[in-house]
Amino acid sequence: MRSERRRVRLQPLVAHLLALVVVAPMVWVVITIFKPQCEIFTSVLPTSWTLDNLAYVMTKIPLPRYLLNSAVVSVVVTVVALFTHSMAAYSLARLRYPGRGIAFSFIISTLLVSLPVILVPLFLVVKQLGLLDSYAGLIVPSIFNAFGIFLLRQFYLTVPRELEEAAALDGCGYWRRYWNVILPLSRPALASLAVLFFLANWNAFLWPLTITRDPDLRVIQLGLASLQGQYASAYGYILAAAVIAAVPTVAVFAAGQRRLVDAMKTAGLK
Amino acid sequence: MSTTSVTDPPRTDDRAKPRRPHRRVSPQARARRRREAVAGWLFLLPDALGLLVFVGLPMVLAFVVALYKVDGFGGYTFAGLDNYRTMLHDTQFWSSLKVTGIYVVATVPLTFAVGLGLALLVRDRFPGVGWVRSAFFLPNVISLVVVGLIWQFLLVDKRGAAARLLEPLGLGNLSFLGSPKLALGTYVVISVWFLMGYVMLVFLAGLQDIPRELEDAALVDGAGRWQRFTNVTWPLLRPTSFFVLVWTTVGSVTGLQAFDLVFVLTKGGPANATSTVVFYIYEQAFTFSNLGYASAMTTLVVLLLVLATGVMFATTRGGRFDEE
Repeated sequence: MRSERRRVRLQPLVAHLLALVVVAPMVWVVITIFKPQCEIFTSVLPTSWTLDNLAYVMTKIPLPRYLLNSAVVSVVVTVVALFTHSMAAYSLARLRYPGRGIAFSFIISTLLVSLPVILVPLFLVVKQLGLLDSYAGLIVPSIFNAFGIFLLRQFYLTVPRELEEAAALDGCGYWRRYWNVILPLSRPALASLAVLFFLANWNAFLWPLTITRDPDLRVIQLGLASLQGQYASAYGYILAAAVIAAVPTVAVFAAGQRRLVDAMKTAGLK
Repeated sequence: MSTTSVTDPPRTDDRAKPRRPHRRVSPQARARRRREAVAGWLFLLPDALGLLVFVGLPMVLAFVVALYKVDGFGGYTFAGLDNYRTMLHDTQFWSSLKVTGIYVVATVPLTFAVGLGLALLVRDRFPGVGWVRSAFFLPNVISLVVVGLIWQFLLVDKRGAAARLLEPLGLGNLSFLGSPKLALGTYVVISVWFLMGYVMLVFLAGLQDIPRELEDAALVDGAGRWQRFTNVTWPLLRPTSFFVLVWTTVGSVTGLQAFDLVFVLTKGGPANATSTVVFYIYEQAFTFSNLGYASAMTTLVVLLLVLATGVMFATTRGGRFDEE
């Protein structure tokens, strides 16, 4: 019994220490971007803190442009995807019609398909549609995602039917029931999906790399990779840009972290 | 459990069953049903169409393009199984399959064990548990490109933070990304660092569904920590474990980390030691414009993956609970 009690008290300590070890690389990099170029590998803390690295990447490199591109793509994809997914999920969870089962099976069958698997044919499809090297090419194929539909459908199955039936008795059509009853109820599920979609699209690298050549269309992750090639050992600049690129993701995560666990429970990933 | 099943709860199922056609149905009811069908399809249309064009069509197309030689200008010539024959003699393809194989065999169990360990560690509340959970998940929030850049910096030969830390142990001269022997292992460790937070969250969600009373009962019966874990927690965690196993396996072969991290860290080097099959396929497709050949290789990888998950499904019976 004594050892039991001791271990219980030891556990938080171990957890805190491990957490520090896990974040240490990130903290180290954040400190590094405030060092002058000559101190990057020599000191633990900078002798004089400098904003030179941050200023350089924001002014001498079109980093703001890359950030803007990523912001536009991620926000548009997220908003449109939430809209179309909730509509599809409402239809699959609540309406009865021939072909629903087949449609649902098809959607589920695409759950485990990741981008690398369909990269080449998807590239050919997008090329055929004339969307190479365009914002539309970055945005449109990224919208469609079975996971979002599935998660929302599972959520809608748990919404009591009575709420919707009351609206139906008031003479509301399907659109009004979806818009006025279902959508407001699904705010928590939508919020958690918004976090996931924003992160996935802000962090996207392979797809933009495959379909864009125009430097004006570079998203932030592509911009980082191109910096890596250009400034091979100027780590102050590369890391400053990397930290700037990571700030929005960490901020969105901090704002929505509680929702993430909820999302996984709703999706029933087990 | 009802929220977790893929099928509808029975109530909806009853309603979905079409009535006998010869039974008299009032015209109003028929009109109502038609309206519902039209609304259903209209709501579904944008996503169904998008998934069909941008996921379904490419899935089918992969098998078609695999039968063609595609030149750099987009000209197609039918080549039958030539691409598959080329594959047989392409040593670099087989070596990339081997790299991916080693990567999977190392990454999947490590991520599984670390993720489960972390979940058990932060399962119970204690002061600061929120920050600890977030800290473990944080690497999964930043992009793979940023992850790659961070580690490349930490692992710079001799001058990097890792080399400095290992110097007292006489290991300061190791080149983690530059030596063919170490590069793949380094890539595995970085992947685990990136993935473990997500796996932890999935396990946490699974653990929350296990009634505390069961473990308390075992405690009262005098079961130790390890006994409680093996006899109560572990069996009840089977569906979660199965999901994690399949997800990490599929992700390690065809997930984004198989490409993004390799691209940023090593570009497949040194001496192809980290050239995963996904990375090699990308090079064939977009550096050498062999789109047909790349598709053929993709179809083989998908086939192997389907086989692997099939075996997992069969051996664990889909992660279902043991029958009594």
